[in-house]
Amino acid sequence: MTQILFKDINKEGLHTMKVYEELGGYQSLKKAFAQKPDEIVEAVKASGLRGRGGAGFPTGLKWSFLAKDVFPRYLCCNADESEPGTCKDRELLLKNPHLLIEGMILCSYACRIETGYIYMRGEFQDLSFIMDKALEEARAKGYLGKNILGTGFNLDIHTHLGAGAYICGEESALLNSLEGGRGEPRMKPPFPAVEGLYSKPTVINNVETLCVVPYIVNEGAEKYASFGTEKSKGTKLVSVSGHVKKPGNYEIEMGTPTSELIYNLAGGIRNDNKLKAFIPGGSSVPMLPADKVDTPYDYESLAAAGTMLGSGALIVIDDSVNIVETTLRLISFYMHESCGKCTPCREGTRWLYQIVERIMQNNGQLEYIEKLEDICGNMSFKTFCPLADACVAPVVSSIQHFRSDYEEYFKNVGVS
Amino acid sequence: MSEYKFSEDQEKEIAAIFAKYPVKASAMLPLLTLVQRADQVVSPEAMVAIGKKLDVSPAYVQSVLSFYTMYHTEKVGKYMILFCINISCQLNGSDKLLEHTAKKLNIKVGETTFDEKFTLHREECLAACTEAPMMRVNDTYYGNLTEQRIDQIIDSLD
Repeated sequence: MTQILFKDINKEGLHTMKVYEELGGYQSLKKAFAQKPDEIVEAVKASGLRGRGGAGFPTGLKWSFLAKDVFPRYLCCNADESEPGTCKDRELLLKNPHLLIEGMILCSYACRIETGYIYMRGEFQDLSFIMDKALEEARAKGYLGKNILGTGFNLDIHTHLGAGAYICGEESALLNSLEGGRGEPRMKPPFPAVEGLYSKPTVINNVETLCVVPYIVNEGAEKYASFGTEKSKGTKLVSVSGHVKKPGNYEIEMGTPTSELIYNLAGGIRNDNKLKAFIPGGSSVPMLPADKVDTPYDYESLAAAGTMLGSGALIVIDDSVNIVETTLRLISFYMHESCGKCTPCREGTRWLYQIVERIMQNNGQLEYIEKLEDICGNMSFKTFCPLADACVAPVVSSIQHFRSDYEEYFKNVGVS
Repeated sequence: MSEYKFSEDQEKEIAAIFAKYPVKASAMLPLLTLVQRADQVVSPEAMVAIGKKLDVSPAYVQSVLSFYTMYHTEKVGKYMILFCINISCQLNGSDKLLEHTAKKLNIKVGETTFDEKFTLHREECLAACTEAPMMRVNDTYYGNLTEQRIDQIIDSLD
């Protein structure tokens, strides 16, 4: 299987400049600096690369939306990885920090940016020390700083730690947090490309997205686009967790069947139980029942199956579980992480929690399911950011595919 | 309320933090983190001192810190155990293990042991799902937990 991001991931010492350069690291810089910045943007567009953080927005297009001739501009790398089930960025940050730095240099050159920040979730303090060390090495080599490799291009990159808030992975909340405030999402438009960090044009990209850029510059957009499907190009890191024998981060070509991930790469279901459900793209996307397990793992196929690729976190659930339990845990997460700014989210997540909890305590009625759907309908697309929609996803999909799991509890109404 | 004093080393670190940003206010989270690393909590005195550094009111500092779960205003144990109970950990038995941990420490979840050595908190996803079930003790991640492994980890901390 094609390995672009994970090619050398387990090489000893990869996190050091020495080993990274021995393996061909930072070669893309000279190639890039020989081109005009716009040519790099065009190459990234042509590669078909889409944002790997969750939304899947075309990366090159995002870069080309930057407000014209407004400077300074900023680059924020979103390393807030908090989507339940997702841990691919952590592996990249831990083992291959220079790949991210190289990608950020290329993006900054292409977008004429002179300051970059890596916003890492507060719990990644250890990783921030590794990253700071890598940044120091890059400065010493002249890959960062003033007049990089004699081109007149200046860039510095800094790490910035959050302090425990899922919502700071949402790009506008991330900006507010980086500016020293509460991490509440902003109203859009204006989009960050026009008014972002410090009200200046800002590119915000996920760790994995930026890590792909060196490959595109080195090998060409066409080569990258030759992997994957017609519309979902390249490879994707997938965190496989839950009831599998070999949980782990795996790099696959877009379009690989989900069953290949579960049964081959991750070794199948633990205890040889039966697959019941899977959540393909992190807790914020709808779950699917076992009969959809052959769905190709790419943006379009998963969308056609009624879910999303999201952040690439495949959570596998076997038939020992009542889905209502899992759903309640996810609602509880969103209730805890709702920033409280928008009423439908602040109140809606709590109501969903209370109703599902009551069902689980054998105090529910059949009408509760209708009530849940009604509340979900009043939360979707009614808030500044998609956190409310994320909470709705497991509720609606669990009712759609596993209604009988809810009905189990109604059989015992009144029995505690 | 006595005045909060930053140490000489802290002042140096603060200067380096300010140098990273074009705007002072961006140093808010780094300064809160710096104070908490030294004191384990962010005291009202420290909030005043941080406000002075950033030209904002202490009330604003408090409003920001109250948004983030990693800042504490009340004393916590020497070891902060954050036990992940989110989906991948739940599927791998985190609830039972959390119960076991609480029993082992003889406290309820959310409490601190009498000797102020351990605080145990339920935590949301910490991005180590392929090592579920997992917990974070201060800055260290521990994955693939079992009851025996938890006992060993707790017993090894002094």
